[in-house]
Amino acid sequence: MQIYLPIAEISVNAFLLLGLGGIVGVLSGMFGVGGGFLITPLLFFIGIPPAVAVATGANQIVASSVSALLAHLKRKTVDLRMGTVLLIGGLVGAAGGVSIFNYLKSLGQVDLLVNLCYVIFLGIIGGLMFIESLNALYKTRSGKRQPRKKHTWIQKLPFKMRFRVTGLYISVIPPLLVGAFVGLLAAIMGVGGGFIMVPAMIYLLGMPTKVVVGTSLFQILFVTAFTTLLHATTNYTVDIVLAVLLLIGGVIGAQFGTTLGTKLKAEQLRILLALLVLAVCAKLALDLLLQPSELYSIGFTS
Amino acid sequence: MIRRCVAIALTCLTFGSLAQAEEDIVLGLNQTEVSIATNFNGSEIIIFGAVKRETPIPHTSELQVVVTVSGPSKPVVVRRKEKKFGIWVNTASVEVDRAPSFYAVATSGPLRDVLSRVEDLRYKISVPRAIRSVGAPMTITDSAAFTEALIRIRSKENQYQLDEAGVTVDQQTLFRATVQLPAALVEGDYDTRIFLTRDGNVVAQYETLIDVRKVGLERWLYNLSREQSLLYGLLSLAIAISAGWLASAAFAMIRR
Repeated sequence: MQIYLPIAEISVNAFLLLGLGGIVGVLSGMFGVGGGFLITPLLFFIGIPPAVAVATGANQIVASSVSALLAHLKRKTVDLRMGTVLLIGGLVGAAGGVSIFNYLKSLGQVDLLVNLCYVIFLGIIGGLMFIESLNALYKTRSGKRQPRKKHTWIQKLPFKMRFRVTGLYISVIPPLLVGAFVGLLAAIMGVGGGFIMVPAMIYLLGMPTKVVVGTSLFQILFVTAFTTLLHATTNYTVDIVLAVLLLIGGVIGAQFGTTLGTKLKAEQLRILLALLVLAVCAKLALDLLLQPSELYSIGFTS
Repeated sequence: MIRRCVAIALTCLTFGSLAQAEEDIVLGLNQTEVSIATNFNGSEIIIFGAVKRETPIPHTSELQVVVTVSGPSKPVVVRRKEKKFGIWVNTASVEVDRAPSFYAVATSGPLRDVLSRVEDLRYKISVPRAIRSVGAPMTITDSAAFTEALIRIRSKENQYQLDEAGVTVDQQTLFRATVQLPAALVEGDYDTRIFLTRDGNVVAQYETLIDVRKVGLERWLYNLSREQSLLYGLLSLAIAISAGWLASAAFAMIRR
């Protein structure tokens, strides 16, 4: 069934969009990532104009993260206090990111920067996560437990706060910085930032994996809602018909994803996410390294 | 004195062209409006007509017909990638100040047989002539490659078409052309031109507009997004949030 999108101004298959939304929804529920790093390239691939894909992708992530977040709230795996601290940092970072983005746009190399950002961050994070979770998996099999690092420099910072759900008593400075950094990258790369946030919470803040997913969703929800509004009012690139089709698939997928996520071990979950991140990274890296079949591209003047 | 001479010369010219236009076009269209509704998946426009003449059909040469349909023009930037430091980067770009979003040429025979180069240049009929590019910077010596790329990419997407058997002419009097509009269609006035040619020269010309408009829900959403963008943004957020909540509630019910 073909459907004409009023803002994107093209006609696409409705079932294809439902399926795309569904896949991204499952991943979103399972890993606590918004799925922006997947949905945006996938939308490019089926011929949606990049600007519309980025803005509408953000709107779709709002829906799937609400769906998944509610499931996590019921299971009490969301640290609202930690989420709020991260969010404050995130909004500040996003505002900074938008101005960097606009500055680079005026220099005319923003596409390249976004791609490089994707390759570098997806590569680093995917690689680190993969190695670490393989080690963890090996250790739990052999019966040894990884000793918890008690005293790092992070513990010595001031402004300490108790995060009961997470079971941490740490300074608010690291979560604020993590939030700001993720917000900055999220604005430049046009994603929610879950794939950076999740590992940062696990490895930098030392939060338990089960809480990380729900808390990251909480932060993603607000950042993407903010981004959607910004795109709708300044660029007019949010396509509501496209968004509805994607999110019908997305919200249903997210529910299945959360159920799947609880059935898997934390280490297995991390390995799968790492593999997924590495796969997307490899695809983007190949696009940069191999000679494209069409050297020319058409863009519109602003 | 000189002015009067020019005036006389002009009158002669007008008379000359009038005398030439002994064949005229009477046109019909199967639709003067194309409505883009939610289920829009491309459209076919049938352009048909007849040649009206006061004098008998000249037998010296055969009558040929050229039909063009052109979508709204927008300036575009064509960029070229080059390998730098091991990766493919956009390096050079050329601005094309007039490139129709859609352009179709249908003819009753091979383009060069039915239309001479001079006439093509004068009436801007073929695809390369319909595009205007002047903005190539001094550093780019092969700006033609950029316009060629533009035509190549858009032709692949069926946005630019050349159909050399797209017009059928019957008894040198009746003609009929079909133009396929793709699903990815931009709204606006689609300029439709019909040329009658003999020996490659244009002998008559007719121009009309086809109105391509979004209708119904498409129209309403598009207007809302432009005129009430904040409301539109909030609406899309509200849909997203309620859909997320609904799905969550529905699944909670199923599990119970």
